[in-house]
Amino acid sequence: MSLFKDAGHLFRFAFLFVVAFFVFLVVRHFVVPKTFGEYGHYRAAAIGEIAAHPIHFAGHETCETCHADILDVKKAGKHAGVNCEACHGPLANHANDPSIAPPKLDTAVLCIRCHAVSAAKPKGFPQIDPAQHSGGVPCETCHQPHSPAIQTGGAK
Amino acid sequence: MNVDRRHFLIMLPAAAIAWKYVLAGTPEESPNYKMSDHWWSMLIDIPKCIGCGNCVRACALENDVPEGHFRTWVERYHVTDWDMVNPEVISPDGGKEGFPAAQVDDNGKYFFVPKLCNHCADSPCTQVCPVGATFISPDGVVLIDQTYCLGCAYCVQACPYGCRYIHPEKKVADKCTLCYHRITKGLTTACCEACPTGARQLADLKDPNDPIHAFLRTHNVQVLKPQMATGAKVFYNELDGSVR
Amino acid sequence: MSGVEGYMYPNEITLYWSVLIVLYPYITGLVAGAFILASLVRIFNVKAVAPTYRLALLTALAFLIVAPLPLMFHLGHPERSPEMYFTPHATSAMAMFGYVYMWYLMAVLVFEIWLDYRRDIVHLSQSTTGLKRLLYRVMTLGSDNVSPHALAIDHKVGWIVTLVGIPSAFILHGYVGFIFGSLKSNPWWNSPLMPVVFIFSAMVSGIAAVLLIYMFTAKMRKMPIDMPCVDTTAMYLFYIFILDFSLEMLDLIHRVYEADESFRTLNFMVHTKLYFSQIVLQICIGTLVPLLLLAIVQVTNLPAIIRKRIYVISGCLVQVAVFSMRWNVVIGGQLFSKSFLGYTTYKMALVTKEGLLMAIFLTLLPLAILWVLLKLLPPWPDKELAYIEAAAAPTT
Repeated sequence: MSLFKDAGHLFRFAFLFVVAFFVFLVVRHFVVPKTFGEYGHYRAAAIGEIAAHPIHFAGHETCETCHADILDVKKAGKHAGVNCEACHGPLANHANDPSIAPPKLDTAVLCIRCHAVSAAKPKGFPQIDPAQHSGGVPCETCHQPHSPAIQTGGAK
Repeated sequence: MNVDRRHFLIMLPAAAIAWKYVLAGTPEESPNYKMSDHWWSMLIDIPKCIGCGNCVRACALENDVPEGHFRTWVERYHVTDWDMVNPEVISPDGGKEGFPAAQVDDNGKYFFVPKLCNHCADSPCTQVCPVGATFISPDGVVLIDQTYCLGCAYCVQACPYGCRYIHPEKKVADKCTLCYHRITKGLTTACCEACPTGARQLADLKDPNDPIHAFLRTHNVQVLKPQMATGAKVFYNELDGSVR
Repeated sequence: MSGVEGYMYPNEITLYWSVLIVLYPYITGLVAGAFILASLVRIFNVKAVAPTYRLALLTALAFLIVAPLPLMFHLGHPERSPEMYFTPHATSAMAMFGYVYMWYLMAVLVFEIWLDYRRDIVHLSQSTTGLKRLLYRVMTLGSDNVSPHALAIDHKVGWIVTLVGIPSAFILHGYVGFIFGSLKSNPWWNSPLMPVVFIFSAMVSGIAAVLLIYMFTAKMRKMPIDMPCVDTTAMYLFYIFILDFSLEMLDLIHRVYEADESFRTLNFMVHTKLYFSQIVLQICIGTLVPLLLLAIVQVTNLPAIIRKRIYVISGCLVQVAVFSMRWNVVIGGQLFSKSFLGYTTYKMALVTKEGLLMAIFLTLLPLAILWVLLKLLPPWPDKELAYIEAAAAPTT
């Protein structure tokens, strides 16, 4: 009896803890996002939010739905495996609204990016020293970018 | 003639529907995407990489990557035969604008190594996140909930590959999402789309028809830092032992 | 890019854990160390250091209140920090922080201090007036039962709290070491010895800090310094410091002898970028000098005035050593590339949220809090207290 009485202040201290714990539980209930824990220890809704980010590169299949003529040319040449936007850049806005014209390309910059000679590149990859190769003449004078092999009489 | 044909094609229902989902951007509107059907990874074919930097630029444009930080970058290795374990590595601005020309060097070899988040199956970064702001999605992509991230940078320290950074404006962790907004809609990643040589290939390990399976069976394929046992899912063909 | 030598992964050039993350383990270390000193009195019955008991507890509390602040200021989104409590991630060492901190703050330190001071609090709530009286009234929780039986219960419970407090102090600080030691990505951090080294260096810094504060407050109050007390404290400091230094050297020797793939890189770093802070500050000036000084005190019979000076010098040097140790761990671990091919440089900001001024402010803040605590809950022995009270309130 006297133990209980003389330890009363300890119960008061413990009571504060219990109250704080319940307040914590209540707050937690309202604060934790609804979808938290649906798949794992994270907010499941975040997946959908990330998946909803805007797209900038439309993808070659989208390009090809309209530009099948280019595809036909490209398919036969060395650049068959190069996707449209590898050179043309991101064009989702153009695919969405064809009246938006794609930016003009500069072959002097574009071709060199891949084809400038460097010992670090794979041996079989076609490489040129721009100064020696053309002496400043634009690439497209001789090479058609969509099918770059020089057309000497026959196709290809 | 051409214009007419384009107008005709854009009216084709199939194409119109496909693009509509691409634009809509919400997973609910990606009708045929089921997370449990996929387990995403990537294949990097080192002998095909020419160090053009297309992937780095495409990634920055697609994902609005802040200047000076990289979700993907390209390294150029120069390994000499007398010091195989201490290669000379450069990555000027992440290889975004390509690399300076290398001279023929009889003492060694050169090659390019594109890097990105390895989307590890046992990822050390998601393990250490104190609040569950970064996680592995059910389709095997390591993602960041940027509305939940504290910005403590513990994950940045835990990544053995240096793939994470703190976004300078958003003040939260940021990294490659494997273009999750694209792959869930049937598109490939921006880096793969922009790669001119096919050195990068998005792969779905759960898809039995994915060419990755045949490739893994028939090639010398490794992951980065296998001793870290992170379950890395970016596979490198012909990876040199000096790469880290 | 300036400050980079060799090759860094491009995202590694910026350091994300700044001087505040150096400060954080330093401060929690002081908390753990001060508490261990208090437990010497309570659990291990080292009567000689009894005069420091309450001072050690208040020091621990003052520093513990400040401990989370460097973390908060370092976060990109401090307002989201309660997520640590609401959705702690079970696999994350860092997620433990919130709960360990709360446990240690409320269930150990505040509880123990409250139990120990209850008689004084009740007394003060009756002898003071105005706002102060109200404050003490709240602190009594409405119970002024200070009967001998109630106090006997308090004493027993307090003993248990201290007993529980020792492992809690180890967890509070050991887990900080674990945060670093458990990262396989970083060879400079990755070591099972890390938590142990952190705990021992914490004890060293905490004991030295209480020793300094005790001597300083005695001087301020123009009270004589209890020489057996400081001698004994210094003796414990000396022996624990030897243990701490041995462990750190074990870690170092192990790394050098094992010489794994990271060794070349780390070795180069220690001889260049970390040379001053590690070899000069931490090992030579901060550790060997005070160890030598304290050893001299142990084996000779120096006059009290010389001993006091030695303790002050050693105490200060110990703080330098332990702070440098935290610096070398936290900053050093980010100076080299995880490719082991290069190094970057840490450029400390001055006035930003994570800058030098903030670090200085957060170092001084616990001392200010301690000053308030000392006014509120005077830790001095009874006869001094009675004297002070008599002077302050002659009517009671």
